[in-house]
Amino acid sequence: MNVFLDSLAWLADPVHLAGPNGVPARLGEHVLYSLAAVAIAAVVAIPVGFLIGHTGRGRTVAVALTGGVRALPTVGLVFLLALVLGIGITAPMIAFVVLAIPSILAGAYSGFEAVDRATIDAARAVGMTEWQIVTRVELPLGLPLLIGGLRSALLQVVATTTIAATVGAGGLGIYIFTGLRSNDYTQMFAGSLVVIALAVVLEVLFSVLQRLVVPAGVAAGRPLDTRVTTSRSAAAKATSLQEGTQ
Amino acid sequence: MINTAKKGRLTVLGAVAIGAMVALAGCASSDPLSDGGDASSSSDAIVVGSQQYYSNEIIAELYAQALEDGGYTVDRQYQIGQREVYLPELESGSIDVFPEYTGNLLQYYDKESTAKSPEEVESALADALPDGLTALAAAPASDQDSYNVTKEFSEENGITSLADLKDYSGSLAVGAPPENAERPYGPPGLKSVYGVDVTSTPIDDGGGPLTVKALLDGSVQLADVYTASPLIAENDLVTLDDPENLILPQNVVPIVSDKVDADAKAIIDAVDAVLTPSDLQKLNAKSQTDQESSGTIAKEYLTSKKLIG
Repeated sequence: MNVFLDSLAWLADPVHLAGPNGVPARLGEHVLYSLAAVAIAAVVAIPVGFLIGHTGRGRTVAVALTGGVRALPTVGLVFLLALVLGIGITAPMIAFVVLAIPSILAGAYSGFEAVDRATIDAARAVGMTEWQIVTRVELPLGLPLLIGGLRSALLQVVATTTIAATVGAGGLGIYIFTGLRSNDYTQMFAGSLVVIALAVVLEVLFSVLQRLVVPAGVAAGRPLDTRVTTSRSAAAKATSLQEGTQ
Repeated sequence: MINTAKKGRLTVLGAVAIGAMVALAGCASSDPLSDGGDASSSSDAIVVGSQQYYSNEIIAELYAQALEDGGYTVDRQYQIGQREVYLPELESGSIDVFPEYTGNLLQYYDKESTAKSPEEVESALADALPDGLTALAAAPASDQDSYNVTKEFSEENGITSLADLKDYSGSLAVGAPPENAERPYGPPGLKSVYGVDVTSTPIDDGGGPLTVKALLDGSVQLADVYTASPLIAENDLVTLDDPENLILPQNVVPIVSDKVDADAKAIIDAVDAVLTPSDLQKLNAKSQTDQESSGTIAKEYLTSKKLIG
């Protein structure tokens, strides 16, 4: 409890709030790095995930590949890349993108796969083109799962962005590593608290977003859900499904 | 009901479990510290210890082989972690010889010490050591933080010392482990002692290859690298002098117990006397670059210096 109070005091100290090594500046770097990594990963993973989900092909390869990539230790990857690319944000950014891709890819293709086959057959029967099926049926219905994938990717990246500090790129990890190496556990804990708070805030934002993107038609047509429980939305159900299919 | 196949599997599992227990029991009886205690109490062997640090083990092996050449029986107890673990063993007489570093050992026994120069630190250490332990003469070789620049930077700007930095007009960033920013010898110390404004760029590889790469790339102008690191010689770095003794000296110093007699002390002193900073860098390079064992490295060195054989 003492460390906790000391850390709050540390965070409130104006000395730690000002300048390029102040908490707001480091928080800004941290958020920027995390969002950039997830955005780049999304650009790569979403089209591939949609293709796999729509065609139903390449799933085995994708699962094996992303599973393998997940086993890569990010710290090792950061140092390995930095030895080639030098210090700064480039090396950790590549490692964070690699870390974010599997969750987003899984969210994208499992969102498409979760769409009822009868719905897609019906869409095809009324004369929709493949493109229309993708954009008007599969995408809106699979969106909650895709957002779920983005959400878990962002969470992992926010936590992992701390290691950017080990190769001179800043971010909130600076407090954790400086504290660790100089036995200043107050500073270390204070840095961790800010990372945790950031993760919780982003988590809340994304869970709200995940609820909002459930199409009106789906949200309206779930008498079964409301009969079982009043608090769980389809989006919440979608999350558990997504976690199960990863 | 357990069917036959399941029974067979259980038998195998049981065998593995028993095997593991036997193996673990074997490990328990070969605990390095308790072994060391037995050896020193039951025989006349001199117990040589080392930290869990490859460079420290090489130095310990230098002492061990030199002592063996002098007719002593040596019991090696290497790779013992922290000072909190091995210093009590030294004080209790379970370990007789241990390579140490002057500044850090002085800090361990006397946190208030104000000694700064290598000589001051060495004499303060002699006073600070508890009864039963003696520090022999420190070697010229040291293993301490140092600020390094590239050869080009040094020549272009005429900078060979930390004191020269205040005339440098550009901005200065130092690639260093994260704790550097908070240490007395970090940016605050450089400012107060040498009047130099430096920003710290944390690179968490302990002054390793990434720190040196940042220096060579020009991402930083200074790099905090340990003086015993082979990277300094390999990359032609210039280690800046520290005339005001901002950085606490860490010369290699053998700590010995009362069991080590005058002849044995003379043997260890002879090894230490020849061990220069560049020698230590080369020995470390053989371990890091060529992956040679401490035994091979020590034998080669002692033979070349005609200390054994």
